[in-house]
Amino acid sequence: MAGVTDIFSLLPGEPEPERRARREPEAPEGEPTGQPASGPSSDRRPRDNRGRSRSVVRSAIGVAGELLITAGVLVFLFLGWQLWIQGIALNNTQTNEASGLSQQWNASPVGPVAPASTDPAASTGAPPADGSGGVAPIVMAAPAETKQFAVLYVPRFGADYKRTIAEGVDAKAVLNAGGAGHYEQSAMPGAMGNFAIAAHRDGWGSPFIKINELKIGDPIYVETQDGWYTYRYRDTEYVTPEGVDVLSAVPQVPDAAPTDRLITLTSCNPLYIASERIIAYGVLDSFTPRSAGAPAEIAGLTGKGA
Amino acid sequence: MYGSLWRVLPGPVWLRILMVVVAVAIILFALSTWVFPLVDGLLTPGQPVTVDP
Repeated sequence: MAGVTDIFSLLPGEPEPERRARREPEAPEGEPTGQPASGPSSDRRPRDNRGRSRSVVRSAIGVAGELLITAGVLVFLFLGWQLWIQGIALNNTQTNEASGLSQQWNASPVGPVAPASTDPAASTGAPPADGSGGVAPIVMAAPAETKQFAVLYVPRFGADYKRTIAEGVDAKAVLNAGGAGHYEQSAMPGAMGNFAIAAHRDGWGSPFIKINELKIGDPIYVETQDGWYTYRYRDTEYVTPEGVDVLSAVPQVPDAAPTDRLITLTSCNPLYIASERIIAYGVLDSFTPRSAGAPAEIAGLTGKGA
Repeated sequence: MYGSLWRVLPGPVWLRILMVVVAVAIILFALSTWVFPLVDGLLTPGQPVTVDP
């Protein structure tokens, strides 16, 4: 009579009369279940001694099952929270922190004579090799570990997209805050060579979730205390997690002397799996000193809070 | 377990449902405000996005 899917029928010594009584209350052999017919049947506790030990086992199994279901629901809730709820909070924080940095730099600008160091090419007065004949980019000195020193704007990632860039790529110290991190061994913004940053693609605000949607020529703006560096997206590459040569001054050509001013964005790939790395390269197009004001496309975005 | 909790609640069905909804809301708020950030910090750095040797 018990269905094959009924887990309780597999227990030894299952009281058949009681089960029959539950399903057919008028059965003459049925034992009293001691409970009215209402309520979930799994929680019935027969008053007779014969059924008590078995009912304890059944209650324990029932509670264990409900606990397991609860644990599963909690895991999914955590994943959902990590992907969406936490991202909203982190993105608001990021927007406010990025705005705070811009306002701070605007309030106390570092004069063009004050940069801690300049690029060799800049000091000789040569325009950027690939630039539009504009101002030679100022290159700031490397900041202290975990210090937020730049703001990243990528209109392709969203009309109001901006994230902080902090020194270092340690997950807990930098990346899990929802911004980007700068590979310490790579160049600073605007410098000859490779300015390489990393950020999460899914979770922790998902700052680089749209890294695969960049189109050739898309602007990538980096703002520092000295001004705005406008990079143009060039190409994408997929590498293994060990592919550190993408960070070289000339990507994939270690020890070669740099001739371009590049930006390199690294994140995980595929989405939600992260067995590979997606690498997006951009080339410096122009530099706008702080005294000249922000580039038109992001002028309304700079210094604006969430 | 949940069946017992349901029977412990007093009042008519609509009141019990209200109490359960409020309790679930409180639990969700506590989870997302305190528990999940704590768990997130305890988990290993999370999904790697960097290239490492």
